[in-house]
Amino acid sequence: MLKESIARVGNRTLQGVGRIGFAVRFFVAIMLHSGTAFRRFGLTIREMYFSGVQSLVIILVSGLFVGMVLGLQGYETLQTYGSEDALGILVAMSLVRELGPVVAALLFASRAGSAITAEIGLMKATEQLSAMEMMAVDPIARVVAPRFWAGVISMPLLAALFSAMGIFGGYLVGVQLIGVDEGSFWSQMQSAVDFERDILNGVIKSVVFGIAITTIALFEGYDAPPTAEGVSGATTRTVVTSSLTVLALDFVLTAFMFRGLS
Amino acid sequence: MQHDNLVEIEDVAFDYGARPVLKGINLTAKRGQVIAIMGSSGCGKTTLLRLIGGQIKPCQGAVRVAGESLGELNQAGLYRLRRNMGMLFQFGALFTDMTVFDNVAFQLREHSDLPEDAIRDMVLMKLHAVGLRGAAHLMPAELSGGMARRVALARAIALDPQLVMYDEPFAGLDPISLGITGNLIRRLTDTLGLTSILVTHDVHESLKIVDYVYFVSEGVIVAEGTADDIRESDLSYVHQFVHGEAEGPVTFHYPAAPYVEDLRLGRQSA
Repeated sequence: MLKESIARVGNRTLQGVGRIGFAVRFFVAIMLHSGTAFRRFGLTIREMYFSGVQSLVIILVSGLFVGMVLGLQGYETLQTYGSEDALGILVAMSLVRELGPVVAALLFASRAGSAITAEIGLMKATEQLSAMEMMAVDPIARVVAPRFWAGVISMPLLAALFSAMGIFGGYLVGVQLIGVDEGSFWSQMQSAVDFERDILNGVIKSVVFGIAITTIALFEGYDAPPTAEGVSGATTRTVVTSSLTVLALDFVLTAFMFRGLS
Repeated sequence: MQHDNLVEIEDVAFDYGARPVLKGINLTAKRGQVIAIMGSSGCGKTTLLRLIGGQIKPCQGAVRVAGESLGELNQAGLYRLRRNMGMLFQFGALFTDMTVFDNVAFQLREHSDLPEDAIRDMVLMKLHAVGLRGAAHLMPAELSGGMARRVALARAIALDPQLVMYDEPFAGLDPISLGITGNLIRRLTDTLGLTSILVTHDVHESLKIVDYVYFVSEGVIVAEGTADDIRESDLSYVHQFVHGEAEGPVTFHYPAAPYVEDLRLGRQSA
C-alpha cells in the first residue's frame, strides 16, 4: 500500500519533469522555426487579430472597472490621511506596475490562451497537423510560431491599453464623481511615475507573461491527446497553469525590479 | 534513374512500445498501379501508410520511395520527397479555417512563388477533376463527408505527385459517393500517371479498381495477388474477409479467460 503510493508519487513526478522537458524542447523548436513568422508577417498579423484584437473588449471593459474600483477604494484610504490629491499616483502606479500586466495577462490566458489550445488540439485531433506535415509544410513554422509571436507582441499592447483604461476609470470616479482636484490628480501622477522604473518594467513584465502564456497554450494544444476529453483537459490546464505561472513570475520579477527602490 | 517500383518495403517491423504492429512486411508498388492494402481494423494498415509517408521510422527493415531509403533522410530530405507524395486522410483533414479553394491552393502557395492568377487556374482545374469547381467558395464545415473527401483528394494531387496514399477512402460513404470515389481514384491514377496505395477494408469497392492486393493480418502479409486471384482465393482468411463471414480464422471474441471461469460457474459458494 505504502510502496504503491510512493511509486505513484514518483511516477507523477517523473511524468511532470518529462513534460517540462518536452515543453522546453518545444519552445526551442519554436525559436528555431520562427523564420516564417517574420518572413511572411501576414501570418502573424492574422493571429494578432485573433488573439489580440478579439481580446480588446474584455481587456478594455475590465481595465475600466478595475480603475474605477481603484479610484473608489484609493480615495477612501487616502482621505483618512488628507492626501486624496495623491489618488492619481496610486491609481497609475498600481496599474502600470502590477495590475495592468498581471490582470491583462490573466484575462489573456483565459480569453486567447484557451482558444489557442483548443484550436491547436483540434487541428491535431482532426489530423490537420499530420496533413500539413505530409504536404512538406512544418506545422511548427506555419501554425505554431506565428501564434507565438502574435501573442508575445499583443500582450504588452493589451496591458498598456488595460492600464490606460484603468487610469481613465480612476479619473472618472476620483475626479468627475468624487471631486478630487483634476490638476493635482494629473500633475502628481506625471511627476511620480517614472518611465524607466515603472512603465518600462511593466512592459517587460507583460512581454514575459506573453511568452509564458503562449508557450503553455501552444504546448498544451500540441501535446493534447487527440480526443474530446484530451482537448478539453488541455484547455483547462492552459488556463490553470498559465494563470499560476503569471502570478509566480510576477512575484519573481517584482522582487528583482523593485527591491531596494524607495 | 527511374525505378520500376515506386515504393519498396523490405522486411519491415514496427512496434508501439511493447505492442508489435508489423512483423516483417514485404511489399512493392509499381509505377502507375493502384495497390490495395487490406485487413481487419487495427491490423497495422494505417501504420504502414505512415511508414511510407515517413511520419514514423521502421524498427527493422527499409522503406524506399523512388529509390530513396526513408530511414536515412533528414527532415529536409523527407520534406523534399513528400512534395512528390499526396495523402488522403480518413476524414479528409481539411484545414477548417480555410475555404475549399484555399485548402487546394495551400501547397501551391507554400511551395511555389506562382502568381495568384496561375494558382487560381491550377486550383480550379484540380477541383474540376473531382467535380467540385462550383464548391470552391465553401468552407469545409459546409461539405458532406463525400465532398470533403473529394476536396482532400484535389488537395492531395495539387502538386501533381507521383504517389498518392489513401487512408480508408471508402469509410462512411453512401453508395453513390462510394462509386464516385472509387472511379475517381482509378481515373486520376491513369490520367495523371500516379501510383496509388489504398488502405481499406472495403473489399468489393476496392476489388473493382485495384491492380494488386496485399492482405495484412496480425502484422504479416497473409495473401497477395490481383483482384481475380483474391476473389478466387481459397485461403481461409481471405475467404472469410471477402465473404464477410463471422466464423473463420479471425474470431469474434477478443482473447479472454475461459467463459465458465469468468462467470464463476461450478464454484462452491461459501
